[in-house]
Amino acid sequence: MSQDWPLYEVFIRSRSGLEHKHVGSLHAADARMAIEHARDVYTRRQEGVSIWVVRSADIIASDPEEADALFEPARDKVYRHPTFYSIPEEVKNL
Amino acid sequence: MYTQALDTHGKEPVPPAGETGALAARFQARIDADEKIEPKDWMPDAYRQTLIRQISQHAHSEIVGMLPEGNWITRAPTLRRKAVLIAKVQDEGGHGMYLYSAAETLGIAREEMIAQLLSGAAKYSSIFNYPTLTWADIGAIGWLVDGAAIMNQIPICRCSFGPYARAMVRICKEESFHQRQGFEIMLTLAQGSHAQRAMAQDALNRWWWPSIMMFGPSDAESKHTAQSMRWKIKRFSNDELRQKFIDVTVPQAHFLGLTIPDHELRWDEASQHYRIGAIDWDEFHAVLKGSGPCNRERLEARRAAHAAGQWVREAASAHAEKERQRASRAA
Repeated sequence: MSQDWPLYEVFIRSRSGLEHKHVGSLHAADARMAIEHARDVYTRRQEGVSIWVVRSADIIASDPEEADALFEPARDKVYRHPTFYSIPEEVKNL
Repeated sequence: MYTQALDTHGKEPVPPAGETGALAARFQARIDADEKIEPKDWMPDAYRQTLIRQISQHAHSEIVGMLPEGNWITRAPTLRRKAVLIAKVQDEGGHGMYLYSAAETLGIAREEMIAQLLSGAAKYSSIFNYPTLTWADIGAIGWLVDGAAIMNQIPICRCSFGPYARAMVRICKEESFHQRQGFEIMLTLAQGSHAQRAMAQDALNRWWWPSIMMFGPSDAESKHTAQSMRWKIKRFSNDELRQKFIDVTVPQAHFLGLTIPDHELRWDEASQHYRIGAIDWDEFHAVLKGSGPCNRERLEARRAAHAAGQWVREAASAHAEKERQRASRAA
């Protein structure tokens, strides 16, 4: 049985207005310690204005083996992008 | 800081065979296409083991690397130097944490890696088994040891294994300040009194060759580089990186007015490289095997720190458990 404290994934909001982004992970006895450790490990140079931590065990991830089944159906739907449509050059504001 | 090319020392990665052959071919194709491998992706066991060994050795080097510099925190000559040194040592600790996390994604537990370090089973960079005798050593470490580390680490930012590459990007960003503060210490001493210049020269004399050895055994001796290159764990050979380091560092020593302790050192016009004298590989292997000046002291310091922290870890766990129970009673 592992004596390690639980693993937490750390997400940092680098500036007000931006989304939180995954930066790494760390061990902590509880959530409060995870936040404090994340401060020391990942924001020594003002890299963030907000921290999220979540127990790694609580993250549910897609299976890389199923990546094709999940994402392949979008591949041939290029009409979802604006560049799919040709518009005469003289037409403006489209 | 960086663990030298110990990655596959004495352990030849075995190419997979049989039914994993097709998976291995697809894996290699992904690497050839410069795709990143992520923790949940299929990977050959030898790739996993090579990375666990290399990343954990790298992490241990960061942690042990705090010791020679920590030695001078209480004796830094000014408050500014002291604040800088504390920040640098704290960075090394942080680098160790990024790397342990990256290694854990490959399936090894943190406590297992710590146990390997404390038992003496794991290797770390031989450079940290040399003592820091004077303040100038702190300058020489930043300038030379971190300089060599940067040379080694920048190519790893493009390593095929995603978590290692990402940790390395973060580390390289922080490492540049380490080298510059070291050079600034050397520059201040080199422009100082006769005694200060002598101290800077003495530090260069003692740290030059160990820094050169940080790049690991020569290519002729390091027969495992090829597989790591194919897997894009390694991008340049030990000797290539060593040569790059020598070429950029010799002019910096000239600027400082210091002499590289190698009377065979010369500029080779034909190849446009500096050529150095013979490296004392016996010393390298002796330090690696545990006979360096400080091997025992370093491990004892880590063991003492781990033992002294035991009650803190237990208290934090007990507190967390009590809070959990309190929360569940309140619910």
